[in-house]
Amino acid sequence: MLKVEDLWVEVNGRTVLKGVNLEVGEGEIVALLGPNGSGKSSLIHTIMGNPKYKVVKGRILFRRRDITHATADERARMGIGIAMQIPPKIRGIKLIDLLKMVSKQYNTNLNEVLELANMLGAEKLLKRDLHDGFSGGEMKRAEILLLAAQRPKLSLLDEPDSGVDIESLPILGKAINEMLIGDNDRAFERNAGIIVTHTGDILKYIPSVNRAFIVLNGEVKCFGHPQAILRDIERYGFGGCVSCIVSGVKDGPRGI
Amino acid sequence: MDLEEYRRRAEKALSKPAKYGPDLDVRKFPPPKRPRSFQEILRQSSHMLASLGIDPSKADTSTYIQIDEEPVELKTGVEGVRLYTLRGALKENLVNEYFWKAVQVDADKYTAAAELFGNHQGYVIIAEEGAKVSKPVQACLLMSTPRSIQAPHNIIIVNEGAELHVVTGCLTMMEMPGLHAGISEFYIKKGGKLTYTMIHQWEESTHVRPRTAVIVEEGGQYISHYINLTPTASLQTDPKVYLEGEGAKAYLSSVIVSKGSSIMDVGGTVYMRAANTSAEIVSRVVTKDRAQVTARSLISAEAPNSKGHIECDGLLLSKESRILTLPSLDAKIDEVQLSHEAAVGKLSEEQIYYLMTKGFSEEEATSMLVRGFMEVKVEGLPEQLKRQIKAAIDLAAAGL
Repeated sequence: MLKVEDLWVEVNGRTVLKGVNLEVGEGEIVALLGPNGSGKSSLIHTIMGNPKYKVVKGRILFRRRDITHATADERARMGIGIAMQIPPKIRGIKLIDLLKMVSKQYNTNLNEVLELANMLGAEKLLKRDLHDGFSGGEMKRAEILLLAAQRPKLSLLDEPDSGVDIESLPILGKAINEMLIGDNDRAFERNAGIIVTHTGDILKYIPSVNRAFIVLNGEVKCFGHPQAILRDIERYGFGGCVSCIVSGVKDGPRGI
Repeated sequence: MDLEEYRRRAEKALSKPAKYGPDLDVRKFPPPKRPRSFQEILRQSSHMLASLGIDPSKADTSTYIQIDEEPVELKTGVEGVRLYTLRGALKENLVNEYFWKAVQVDADKYTAAAELFGNHQGYVIIAEEGAKVSKPVQACLLMSTPRSIQAPHNIIIVNEGAELHVVTGCLTMMEMPGLHAGISEFYIKKGGKLTYTMIHQWEESTHVRPRTAVIVEEGGQYISHYINLTPTASLQTDPKVYLEGEGAKAYLSSVIVSKGSSIMDVGGTVYMRAANTSAEIVSRVVTKDRAQVTARSLISAEAPNSKGHIECDGLLLSKESRILTLPSLDAKIDEVQLSHEAAVGKLSEEQIYYLMTKGFSEEEATSMLVRGFMEVKVEGLPEQLKRQIKAAIDLAAAGL
């Protein structure tokens, strides 16, 4: 599904990714863990095609096509979607209007999205200007709804659990799981995802995640089962990962 | 009423420049001769009128149409509203207490020119006491004679407890220079409500100098939406609203699209002169090419518990255009709440990228954001009017 090869990326002349390799299989959902500023969001936004992130070396393949230089909207139409950590507020465009437009463009079922809105308790957000005055948790809900309207083959979720209160987390986790997996039990028809998470809290609700990668200083250091990695991070901190005590895999992952 | 007195005062003021905007020589725009065929002009302009949502052929409408300085259509199909030409209303002594009472005849050369060269034409709309009129009264002012002046003098009276919606479309059919100096005097009585929507569609050579003043009595409300769609040689306006009665309210919104070499100076002033009054002035300015826009607004608080808020935002779509916003708050006593927010800049790359991640092209994202920027609140207005305002803003956005 997605293959990132030796990716070097600069933002305003600063190198933020240093030779990242990452592979996500068809229908696979992986987690990206790592401390603040380690490069998780940079990786997500480079995969999405944010023009601020300049690829200086390496390439990104999506379903065997080289998308390294494709624009964000081209990637979106190919089937990549993102739920941003802190999306910009957009005045004059109501959430419901954007949901309708996105749903129309991707030929998805708007009623299902609205059902999801009910499930998330987000009905009251529909008639408001997008992200204008939204709380952290409300932003996450709106982003998940928009992603659901898009139904991307590959969802990039940037810290969907940050700023979400404890009671809402299970609902949000369930919604994400449903959006990615639905009731489809054939793995190859499922949608893939990359979930950036700081704490790993959200992973409890997305049981099919069985690989987590650690990003440190702009490099993907190692991977392993999320629970094992999280346990080790708790014990040794992210620094402990440099020696890849978790999986014993050196020089980054080789994918599946 | 002494019409001679107004004439004398106007003559003295004919060279008096306005405080703002490029100064024009009004003598260079003489009153027009009667055009050959009004029907022909009406026919030619019908699609422009339709694009503003004005269709005089419908039976249940109240419509006033003036070409240059002649009323050509006066139709009263809506109950609770009376409609006259100014000349007719003056003759019947209907507006003696209102004619040149809110706007001063010698305020500047444009008010003077309107009195001297305006032929005493324009519309007079009177909403009867307690009448709730949901169907908008439509007025249309067309300019068709090159190098001449059009100076209608309009009066709206909303009697006690009445509710009235008026939509005015002003447009020109010619690509030749012309001067439009319309006088508008509105009077909202106790508990009355007027929503006034003005859509301007001029040409690049038109000079526009509207002069508007509104007097609102106790518990009355004035809601104005101004939308300017097209480039204009120069435009200067600063409607003044006087909240004279307790609890009176004003909401003024303007959406200004300025392109080409347009020079626009658009203001709004509200004087809160009674207790518990409130005012909100919202402006959205979009500039392109070499356009220059000054967006002024002033809320003056002169009575206790008055509340005012100004929101003025500018969006620059070219490097050469300029937006100057001048929000002013004047607190003359201490028991008031006044605030303003202003933001001017270009479209944010972050917002464009955001919409692109949803699958919209850069052009689509840009026009969505521009359209969103121009959105103003229309809650509480009748559906037809909401649609009309939306259509006008769509039209303005489409021209960018």
